[in-house]
Amino acid sequence: MYHLGLLSEYLKNYMKTRLTYRADFWVEVLSDLLFQATNLIFIFVIFMHTNSLAGWSQDEVVFVYGFFMVPWGVFACFVNMWNFSERYIVKGEMDRILTRPAHNLFQIFLENVDPPSLIGSLIGLLIMAVSGLNLGLPFEWWTIPALILLTISAAAIYMGIYTTLTALSFFSDAPTGIIPLMYNIQSYGRYPVTIYNRVIQVLLTWILPFAFVGVYPAGLFLQREEMTRMALLTPVMGAIFVSIGLFVWSRGVRKYKGAGS
Amino acid sequence: MFNALSDAGSPQGGQDAGTEGQEFRRTERRLLLEAYFDFIRIRFLTMLAYRLNYYTGILIYSLNIGVNYFTWKAIYGQGESLGGFTAAQMTTYVAVSWMARAFYFNNLDREISTDIRDGSIAIQFIRPYNYVLAKMMQGLGEGMFRFLLFMIPGMALAMLLFPVHLPHDPAAWAGFLVMLFFSFLINSQINIITGLLAFFVENNEGLMRMKRVVVDLFSGLIIPISLFPGWLSSILKLLPFQAITYLPGSVFTGRVQGVGIWNVFGIQIIWFAVLLIPLFWLYRAARQRLFVQGG
Repeated sequence: MYHLGLLSEYLKNYMKTRLTYRADFWVEVLSDLLFQATNLIFIFVIFMHTNSLAGWSQDEVVFVYGFFMVPWGVFACFVNMWNFSERYIVKGEMDRILTRPAHNLFQIFLENVDPPSLIGSLIGLLIMAVSGLNLGLPFEWWTIPALILLTISAAAIYMGIYTTLTALSFFSDAPTGIIPLMYNIQSYGRYPVTIYNRVIQVLLTWILPFAFVGVYPAGLFLQREEMTRMALLTPVMGAIFVSIGLFVWSRGVRKYKGAGS
Repeated sequence: MFNALSDAGSPQGGQDAGTEGQEFRRTERRLLLEAYFDFIRIRFLTMLAYRLNYYTGILIYSLNIGVNYFTWKAIYGQGESLGGFTAAQMTTYVAVSWMARAFYFNNLDREISTDIRDGSIAIQFIRPYNYVLAKMMQGLGEGMFRFLLFMIPGMALAMLLFPVHLPHDPAAWAGFLVMLFFSFLINSQINIITGLLAFFVENNEGLMRMKRVVVDLFSGLIIPISLFPGWLSSILKLLPFQAITYLPGSVFTGRVQGVGIWNVFGIQIIWFAVLLIPLFWLYRAARQRLFVQGG
């Protein structure tokens, strides 16, 4: 309850600062969506020249992409640590975080909430609805609960991976290019994994499980039987990766000594 | 190439005196030339100091090539040729396009708009060189670094990972390298124009991001132009973006040969010349606007 109260205060604060510069706000939202749109355009254009991508129809691939957008938006809204190393370690802001009553990682998440990312999630839901209707997918009683559970699980996978990588900056002071690298690997999760070769499939499933943030959970709604088992595994993977992230993070915080200024 | 620009507005102190003698003017011109050369050299060395950051860049570009390669491979499962590309040509096109981007990409737009926003552009305008030309030279220094330490090793890695077929025809190589240089020039022109727009709009952050998306999408990097639906590809053929990726890529994959190379090269030259006009106009308008505000 205490944490929820804090969250709502920070959200209010965020809205106040952002709405001072309304035009900038909308321009940024729009340009982010434009970036997402290129991926959709790519899908639409390739399906002008074929009617199946490794056995997946256009609507199915678009549906997967729609799902892919939902947990990403949720993750990007609540977990935003892209400049952690510069802001908190190099400048010594981490000292301040550690004196706050809330848990240090939660405090960092709070200070960087980015609600406009949720607009991407909404558009993702819209895309899922449209392509789902085209495919005539059944709407069961479990559809909404499953969607919520899988979204949270997929966002947890993102959080685990990126928290682990961000925590590395506690151990080495050179800013690494590993996070942009990861960001580019995750785009592999938005296509049916069967188009990749065996090695990449294993990598995307078990080591950097980005297949679990897109194609596997989406497969559950698409009634892809070969993916159902994997889709049900998503919450487990989420729990495992969040645990790894929190473990590495707390190890890192223990090692933190402050920047000295 | 920027003579028109420097004549029009650059404060090259003492040039209008006329009576100072040719000797003085020649020395001055030599010094200026050396200054421009130093812009290239210094940027190259700065980039070299941070070369570590570009090793992950090579991996990221290879990843991007990978995701496109696998998608195209899955599509080519059924068809023989799409939009005039065979499967082998498409693989080569994707790899070459991304690695060309490794060379021509730069952040001149962001640098210029930062200079404008923090006001340091005022100081740079008083200095006896042409600001736009100096930025172009810095871009060139960065481009040389990117060519040697990003594009070439990146291409080597891409050839190891994917079945890329480079042409044997020396004409294709020569054509590609010259056209690649023009890709750089045209892309830099577009970046400088976007950056200078910061004089006229309060915040051009969104504009810069949109420009990046538009260049990647409409230059043929993500999708070759000939695969877009007919109406769109005919519009894109009237825009400068295709000159950045699609045209050089077409030459290098052997889709355009012989006299055709001269034709597509001609398109690049025309766009290079045409883009000088808004660049020149914006630069002049920008200087006046800055002076109105009192520097």
